[in-house]
Amino acid sequence: MSQNESDGGLFEQSWSRISLYAFLLGMVVFYLIPIETGLATSLKTQEAFTGRYPYLPPLQGATFEWWSDAFFSLLDGLINSLILVIPATVLSGLFGSMAAYGLTTISWRGQVGIYSLFVAGIFIPYQAVLVPLTVFWYNIVPIQDWWLESVANGISVFGLFEIPSTFMFLGWELGFQPYHWQLISLIITHTAYGIPICALLFRAHYKKLPDEMVEAARLDGASIRRIYRRIILPLSVPMFAVVFIYQFTQIWNDLLFALILVQNNEAAVVTQQLVDLGTSQSGTNFPLRMAGAFIAALPTLLVYVVFGDKFAKGVAA
Amino acid sequence: MRSAPFWLPPFLLVFLFVYGAIIWNFVISLTNVSNNLSTIDYTNLDIENYEIAFSGGTPSWARFDVGSYIEPIWNAAQNTIVLMVAFAIICLVLGLWLAILIDRDIRFENTFRTVYLLPMSLSFVVTAKFWAFMYNSEYGLVNLIFEVFGFGPIQIIQNSDIIVGSSMIGIANLDLSVKMAAIVFALIWQYSGYAMVVYLAGLRAIPKEHFEAARVDGASTIRMYWRVIIPQLRTATVSALVVLMVFSLKAFDFIYSLYGSYNPGSSADILATRMVREAYQNSRFAFASAIAIILFVMALSIVAPYLYSQYKRGEL
Repeated sequence: MSQNESDGGLFEQSWSRISLYAFLLGMVVFYLIPIETGLATSLKTQEAFTGRYPYLPPLQGATFEWWSDAFFSLLDGLINSLILVIPATVLSGLFGSMAAYGLTTISWRGQVGIYSLFVAGIFIPYQAVLVPLTVFWYNIVPIQDWWLESVANGISVFGLFEIPSTFMFLGWELGFQPYHWQLISLIITHTAYGIPICALLFRAHYKKLPDEMVEAARLDGASIRRIYRRIILPLSVPMFAVVFIYQFTQIWNDLLFALILVQNNEAAVVTQQLVDLGTSQSGTNFPLRMAGAFIAALPTLLVYVVFGDKFAKGVAA
Repeated sequence: MRSAPFWLPPFLLVFLFVYGAIIWNFVISLTNVSNNLSTIDYTNLDIENYEIAFSGGTPSWARFDVGSYIEPIWNAAQNTIVLMVAFAIICLVLGLWLAILIDRDIRFENTFRTVYLLPMSLSFVVTAKFWAFMYNSEYGLVNLIFEVFGFGPIQIIQNSDIIVGSSMIGIANLDLSVKMAAIVFALIWQYSGYAMVVYLAGLRAIPKEHFEAARVDGASTIRMYWRVIIPQLRTATVSALVVLMVFSLKAFDFIYSLYGSYNPGSSADILATRMVREAYQNSRFAFASAIAIILFVMALSIVAPYLYSQYKRGEL
């Protein structure tokens, strides 16, 4: 918004400009100083880390030791997080796009009711479903137990047909460990909880698409399936970028679901591992903890720095 | 119903895992299950857990390994409200202020915006690590700043002293302790950028003529914003407020990571932490489910009027 400072002399005007920039720069310091302090600290040797002026760069005694320590401590968690985040992001995005298409482009009575249930789902605190999810994933559908059992005996699907155990060994050969199957429950849960926000983002996008295009295709006799594949999906590409970035960040950053659903240490995701990093009995190792925080945050930071405008679009919707 | 193949599969997933789970959670909250989740007795349903949540007491299913008396949830509920209100209002004010300044045709606008929103891309676990260090009484930067102003080093995240007493502002029992203020401050640091982005979008949607008309009328800048611009940001304010309040109900991740345990101490305990602690530390599952339902009702009472007004205006 261009503001013409018509009154006030040039002198006065430049002073107000200077104080404006000074304030904005001050806020830059406010938002960056905890991060900068962490970065500086993570590079200091134990001797250089005296606690005085923690924000100063490591002038005497810089080291990458903490970063490599933290990396190897968190490596399993990073891998588990990737195994979780990629499928959950893609699935929730796809389902969200399908839901939004079914509820926007094709109009029918009652779609607002169904859609409101999707939107309300965005705001539900995870606590409201934790106990049922625990019962569900540990006592009713314990995927990991089934997996272990089926490796031994083959699996019977509802008593209808048998999947031989050799098929299960194939997964093993590909590098899947039994504990990875615990992540499946986490993937499904995060997908279900991600669908509402994805549906909201896609619906806002689909509402803006011109009706004529879909109408013309319909007159040409295209089925709704074909319209989705040939017209809507290609036009959704920019929105998929926004949704994937948003979901990737959300799921990577989440702690609570993993804390409750993954009680097997080997399947722990990176946020779970980070909580405990550097808190041994002999006090707290701040350089190691800061390095760990950066390593755990690196994927989302990278995504943010590269696609910052798309992230802003996702959160502002 | 030709569209059903598209919306039905995602809808079933959401319906089962979100709404089905909430209903199931409500049923569990009426049972007595504690300690062992694999055998839930659904035959004896009563509201005992809610009575205990509101007035405290020794339940019929008391277990002596974790103490038989259960405190009511009022302390956690009050802390939840203090956190929610303080966090949401300060975020909005700061966000609006930043949005107005950034909107004043400045250079490097994108850079400023990117930096202000940056903390929001980080995990609560990561920011809790940063702030645990910032607030540390021995090494932390916050204490270093206090020292410059002549305060000695003080405990922050373990400090239950009250800084804004409820008697000062005439409200019963809504005290703000040092540790809660520290949590609120860190959360503001993380989420005020969000309020800024929402307000910026709102400001950009206001036609330029409104700014110019106010100028021609000779209104001062402050008066122009107060009288003309801010009233037009009502939609942005309401939607940012709803989202921020719901965020604050989810602050569990941050508090858990900051303290490294399920128990942050009574003056920083919110319903979200109390619920998880009762379930996964004390194994009082049915009682925790009752707290979860209370939390859910709180979220619903914020969101439902918002969605209803959206529906009325045809924006849903």
